Amino acid sequence: MSEIRVEALTHVYSAGTPFEKTAIENISLSIPSGQFVGLLGHTGSGKSTFIQHLNALLKPSSGTVYVDGEDINKDKKSRRAVKNKVGLVFQYPEYQLFEETVFADIAFGPKNMGLSKEEIEQRVHEACGFVGVEEELLQRSPLELSGGQKRRIAIAGVIAMRPGVLILDEPTAGLDPAGCRQIMDNICRYRRESGATVLIVSHNMDDAARLTERLIVFNRGTVAMDGTPEQIFAQPERLVEIGLNVPQSTALAMALREKGVQLAGSIYTHAQLMQALKGVGAC
Amino acid sequence: MLKDVTLGQYFPGNTVVHRLDPRTKILLLIFFIVALFAAKGWVGYGVMLLVTAGSMAISHISPKNIFKGLKPMIFIIVFTAALNLFYTDGTPVLPGWPITWEGVARSVQMVLRIVLLIAGTFLLTYTTSPMALTDGMERLLGPLKKIGLPIHEITMMMSMALRFIPTLIEETDKIMSAQKARGADFENGSLLQRAKALLPILVPLFVSSFRRADELAVAMESRCYHGGGGRTRMKQLHFAPRDLWALLLGAMLIAGMFVLRRFGL
Repeated sequence: MSEIRVEALTHVYSAGTPFEKTAIENISLSIPSGQFVGLLGHTGSGKSTFIQHLNALLKPSSGTVYVDGEDINKDKKSRRAVKNKVGLVFQYPEYQLFEETVFADIAFGPKNMGLSKEEIEQRVHEACGFVGVEEELLQRSPLELSGGQKRRIAIAGVIAMRPGVLILDEPTAGLDPAGCRQIMDNICRYRRESGATVLIVSHNMDDAARLTERLIVFNRGTVAMDGTPEQIFAQPERLVEIGLNVPQSTALAMALREKGVQLAGSIYTHAQLMQALKGVGAC
Repeated sequence: MLKDVTLGQYFPGNTVVHRLDPRTKILLLIFFIVALFAAKGWVGYGVMLLVTAGSMAISHISPKNIFKGLKPMIFIIVFTAALNLFYTDGTPVLPGWPITWEGVARSVQMVLRIVLLIAGTFLLTYTTSPMALTDGMERLLGPLKKIGLPIHEITMMMSMALRFIPTLIEETDKIMSAQKARGADFENGSLLQRAKALLPILVPLFVSSFRRADELAVAMESRCYHGGGGRTRMKQLHFAPRDLWALLLGAMLIAGMFVLRRFGL
């Protein structure tokens, strides 16, 4: 629903002290409305710094960020307004829960937007629906729920603001496979039904390959690769060089190619691997 | 934003001051404070100012960092200055004014004393890693163990507290960002509103602090931590000749200040 454009974005932490560190340098890119983007890169590559610029939590050292064509750092008002437009879910968001009831916690964002009581109530129920939180949990304390439930409630707290752009920093970190699947399904559902632009930081290459339309690879504070999963996983060697994993099927294809099996095309899903293997008559 | 807090932050370096034994530096700070409070006249304060500036130069700590650290104390400094300015008897600056020449001199001296006191303390924490600091403290206070004071436990608690300051700051920063992303406003509104706005930060912070304390206790226990008795150290502290010289200089400073005081300078 919202598009993002970033021009020559640079951010330097602790400028002017012995701890000065350039986190991201001269990043320019644009993300059209409704795109599902995966952000890849190892720890310290600048992706977390990058996403915090998209809703004006961090002020660029230089460069400009536009959301729907407007400079989000223009003044105090636009810095505040963009937070209603771009929803950011941090890593381990369950640690930010603080209210006495799940309902109040999910309502925190909408309440800060100054919505009416009825509107808030409606949005909380809607957000619960998206992340699959049962209504009877709403009056419980968020602190007594399980890790996966807490995580979904924290995500609901951002979804309740109906952001046009939803950004998630490793939403599945530390969850069991069932929990991971559930969260990814919830996110896909929100995207499908609201048409929101979704950016997701992930270390899970299989998820990234399977779900997203575009991958942006960060390395040492710059964009190292940018393209569709097909384009990105056509050069698995580069990903390995940067120090990233590749999807399981890509890894298997790489190993087979090394052994002399001629597999055609970019392979990053099981189906593609099967197809390619059939092509050489291996299956 | 919170990362800019310099209070008690350690700036790694390799100057003579950095290499001094932490025990020496703690003792020197005590010497410095005694000398500072012995200062009476302008000459005395001048000497202390020079000593502080000299030590800063030797340890490559820029005045900017000291001033940054002074910021939180600005209220106390201004308050002290104003109090001394208006409530000292003597000859008025202008006839009928409540400000006296003595008051001006006194408030400048008091401000100088506070600033130098803080600067001296910062010099210690800027040039000594928290671990070395608590190590030195434990050794210096060691004799008190004989009368049953739990010195090891106290310094252990101190080093843990110091160790977790950056972690807590980072955590606070993270939670603040997360709540800001949900539209929380910490900067505007009345005092009451702003106090209320802290709740979404404090609750998660407390919850995670308790969790972390629990985890740390388990981690220490599973590595057989059982207090200070019979514990050896990886980094042994050794006095070097430079420590002796530094302490000698410190002692001379105190002696000098008391001499100056005798002459009312």
